[in-house]
Amino acid sequence: MEALFAISLGMLTASGVYLLLRARIFPVVLGLTLISYAVNLFLFAMGRLRTGVAPVLGKSAGHGDPLPQALVLTAIVIGFAMTAFVVVLALRGLGELRSDQVDGKRSER
Amino acid sequence: MMLALLVALPFLGICLPLLAARHGRSPCAAAAALAPLLGLILLFFLGPPVFAGATLKSGSPWLPELGLSLSLRLDGLGFLFALLILGIGILVILYARYYLADHEPMGRFFAFLLLFMGAMLGLVLSENLLLMLMFWELTSLASFLLIGFWHHRSDARRGARMALVVTGGGGLALLAGVLLIGHIVGSFELSEVLVAGEAIRAHALYPAALMLVLLGVFSKSAQFPLHFWLAQAMAAPTPVSAYLHSATMVKAGVFLLARLYPALSGSDWWFYPVSLSGLATLLLGALTALFQHDLKGLLAYSTISHLGLITLLFGLDSDLANVAALFHVINHATFKASLFMAAGIIDHETGSRDMRRINGMWKYMPHTATLAMVASAAMAGVPLLNGFLSKEMFFSEILQQNLLGSFHWLLPVAATIAGVFSVAYSLRFIHGVFFNGEPGDLPRPDPHEPPHYMRIPVEVLVFLCLLVGILPDWSVGPLLAVAASASLGGELPAYSLAIWHGFNLPLAMSAVALSGGVLVHVLRQPLLRWYEGLPDLDAQALFRGGIGVLVDFSRGLTGVLENGSLQRYLALLLGSVLVLAVFALAPLAEVDGPVALGPVDGIGTLVLGALALTGLFGAAFHRNHLAALLVISGSGLLVALVFARFSAPDLALTQLAVEMVTIVLLLLALFFLPERSPPESDSLRLLRDLLLAAASGILVALLVYAVLTRPYESIAAFFLENSLTGGGGANVVNVILVDFRGFDTLGEISVLAIAAVGVSALLHGLHLPHPPVDRERPRSADHHPLILRQLARALLPMAMLLSAFLFLRGHNLPGGGFIAGLVTAVALILQCIALGLSWAGARLRFSFHAMAAAGLLLAALTGLGSWAFGRPFLTSAFGHFSLPLIGDFELATAMLFDLGVYLVVVGAALSILCGIGHVGRDAPRGEVS
Repeated sequence: MEALFAISLGMLTASGVYLLLRARIFPVVLGLTLISYAVNLFLFAMGRLRTGVAPVLGKSAGHGDPLPQALVLTAIVIGFAMTAFVVVLALRGLGELRSDQVDGKRSER
Repeated sequence: MMLALLVALPFLGICLPLLAARHGRSPCAAAAALAPLLGLILLFFLGPPVFAGATLKSGSPWLPELGLSLSLRLDGLGFLFALLILGIGILVILYARYYLADHEPMGRFFAFLLLFMGAMLGLVLSENLLLMLMFWELTSLASFLLIGFWHHRSDARRGARMALVVTGGGGLALLAGVLLIGHIVGSFELSEVLVAGEAIRAHALYPAALMLVLLGVFSKSAQFPLHFWLAQAMAAPTPVSAYLHSATMVKAGVFLLARLYPALSGSDWWFYPVSLSGLATLLLGALTALFQHDLKGLLAYSTISHLGLITLLFGLDSDLANVAALFHVINHATFKASLFMAAGIIDHETGSRDMRRINGMWKYMPHTATLAMVASAAMAGVPLLNGFLSKEMFFSEILQQNLLGSFHWLLPVAATIAGVFSVAYSLRFIHGVFFNGEPGDLPRPDPHEPPHYMRIPVEVLVFLCLLVGILPDWSVGPLLAVAASASLGGELPAYSLAIWHGFNLPLAMSAVALSGGVLVHVLRQPLLRWYEGLPDLDAQALFRGGIGVLVDFSRGLTGVLENGSLQRYLALLLGSVLVLAVFALAPLAEVDGPVALGPVDGIGTLVLGALALTGLFGAAFHRNHLAALLVISGSGLLVALVFARFSAPDLALTQLAVEMVTIVLLLLALFFLPERSPPESDSLRLLRDLLLAAASGILVALLVYAVLTRPYESIAAFFLENSLTGGGGANVVNVILVDFRGFDTLGEISVLAIAAVGVSALLHGLHLPHPPVDRERPRSADHHPLILRQLARALLPMAMLLSAFLFLRGHNLPGGGFIAGLVTAVALILQCIALGLSWAGARLRFSFHAMAAAGLLLAALTGLGSWAFGRPFLTSAFGHFSLPLIGDFELATAMLFDLGVYLVVVGAALSILCGIGHVGRDAPRGEVS
């Protein structure tokens, strides 16, 4: 399962990096989103992948590591805030530069 | 304590002249002089124990881990310099009162001057070497500000910049040297460094430390080859030149030589660089001074030459030479400061500093002329003046040395030649300015004596020259003795400050210097012509050329790295991260670790496979923005499933809710952005990106696999054990968030609120045109579909109920403030989408910003509340309660904190989304509005 998880994360990262390097703003935002998924999963996996051991006391015999989960929970929410900021920055750029090219270049459109 | 006050006084006094400036020039100067006057009085009160041989110390730790402490010391050496700084400082303030013109910002000038004074006092009174270094850099800064005081003049700006670059660069070298000394000794306290001379000299790092320290010293005291900045610094107002660039700041370097003398001197490593650099500076300065036409230029090069003399004396490495050096520090400060002031008066009265035009001033200002002549005579080393005494000591010391072996005659000969030049330029100063015919065409044709008070500082200093010159033992003897013994750190050698030592070789050298100087002056015209014929070696141009090459180089480098393309930056960044990561992981011999893999099951395989595929599809079809968004939202939902599968219910819920909000956000953005990306033509770039992406993916996969197959230790047990007893909750993740790591969470919700504010600021005043409607896929005419509208209205109460439920149970079961907040946000946004912003806005009558701020405040206040019970910040308390229908549940103060989290999440999410929704609102009604 760990191998599968690793491959899946690798593909997610690769897709995210590829999108990050695009020239238009929207794919870049999507790339950031994908990378943040990968990073969140990576951090989460530092507590190891175990099934049926939710860190809620009294509900199961064993308990997974709650600490990475707590860290990732806030990371997800902050990730949203960051995405929102980037999106709004892009909109502002669109408004000022009339272009959705990442370097602000006017396209031939 | 008194010492700290002494150093603090000028800093405290900085604001006084600024405040008093509006009341006129005299009150301003008086306000500026207050702090140094008090300081001088304080210094005299501290004097008796110092003269009895004691070293006063005081201090408190600052950053003990780094060896930095706020410790000060006052011994004889510090006393001598503090006296010079405060005494000459007061005279300079009085002088500047009359020197500066009406329209010039005098308050600012005095504020800079006091800043310098405080820094310089701190420098000479520091016990801690790092503290001293801080003051050292502060003097460079103050000097920069003062040289550039006439900032409308380009030569002032250039001179200021050059001085800052040279002395600041030297300061960096000194920092490295001091750190090495601290490393060798194990302490930065002077009292420990000064007794560790043996250990320092025996250490392998001694040459490196010494060279770095000397680099700092030479840059500050304008020693060859770093002497050129001082001449350019003459663009400063003359009071600054008199104070900083002759009497005090340039002495900081030689002060350091005196201060660290016991620790660093006594080896060839000390003797050769210090004495040879001093000798070169002495000769070069004296020779160049002779050919200056600018009054201040002559004085500047003469200052360089005298500083070289002092450095040479320290380099001779004998106790007597040390005494002579300190004696010359005092003498030079008095006669050179008075000469600068006299030059300033002449400049002030004639409007020119060119000695080819200023002649015959004796007629117009006999009083000033007399003063300047006495001071020049002191500079030339005429008997009965202070300069004569220290020059005699210099000559006799230079005859004593035998360090150059069979070349031992070289130093005395060179010293005599320098003496000849020094007499010659002093003569040129007197003869050229005050006699030598009638004045040329002067900018101010009618020169006369300056205001009486402007002459007083010169009179005082010239009186001191005479006093020391005639009654040395009586006037300066005790001060010199106590300063020299502090510098030497031991017994004083036997010396005598008498005027008459009988007919001896030093006296003969003096006589040669005097007569040779007269001869050179008589022959000045052919000499000047010869000098004019020399190739022009302008240090300023060389320096600027060097700086220009540096700037060009860095500009070229920046151009290559930073061409304005985000894609290039990201590619470079990712490339370097990859290289660094591979380097860091290179020691990892094997990817596979000892821990056995978990079993592969169907659901897990399906979810993870789908996750990978959605990612790939999103990347592959990114040019169709909407399709890519939908596919990638699928990834988000699958991530939630992964969390759910691997025992993280809280994360699954959060991810699910965030995903919905994110989809709305991205859809909103897509409304304004083009629907498609045009194809990218450059296949080479495509290849680069694919390679980078593949490499990153492989690296991450290997890294994850390597980590997951290795054993791990966690501090999880602590949280699991203490969650119920300490935090009163069974949901450990939530307890960590609101209790154990509550402070982190407070920080995180602050970030969220700040992001919301940032988004509002970015959106402020932004109006985006609606994109043209695509012919092939027209937008729906029905802005608020009926079914969605009805469903949304019905969903709201249920969603709110769910949100409340998730919130209340959050402490014990998956849920909590973050998740409940997101659910509420989703429900409210659904209303906005289905029913329109104006409809929703009419019903949600509160500001989302206020909501986020209130949440932040609530969370912070909950944290502060525990102070009222004498507990640390964010300690929680809890108890059990029971409600009908819901049953037994706990109420903890952590819940109040969680409520704060909830409010921030709702407020931030809604303010961001509604903000974007409003952007297109004034345009024709679209998808959202």
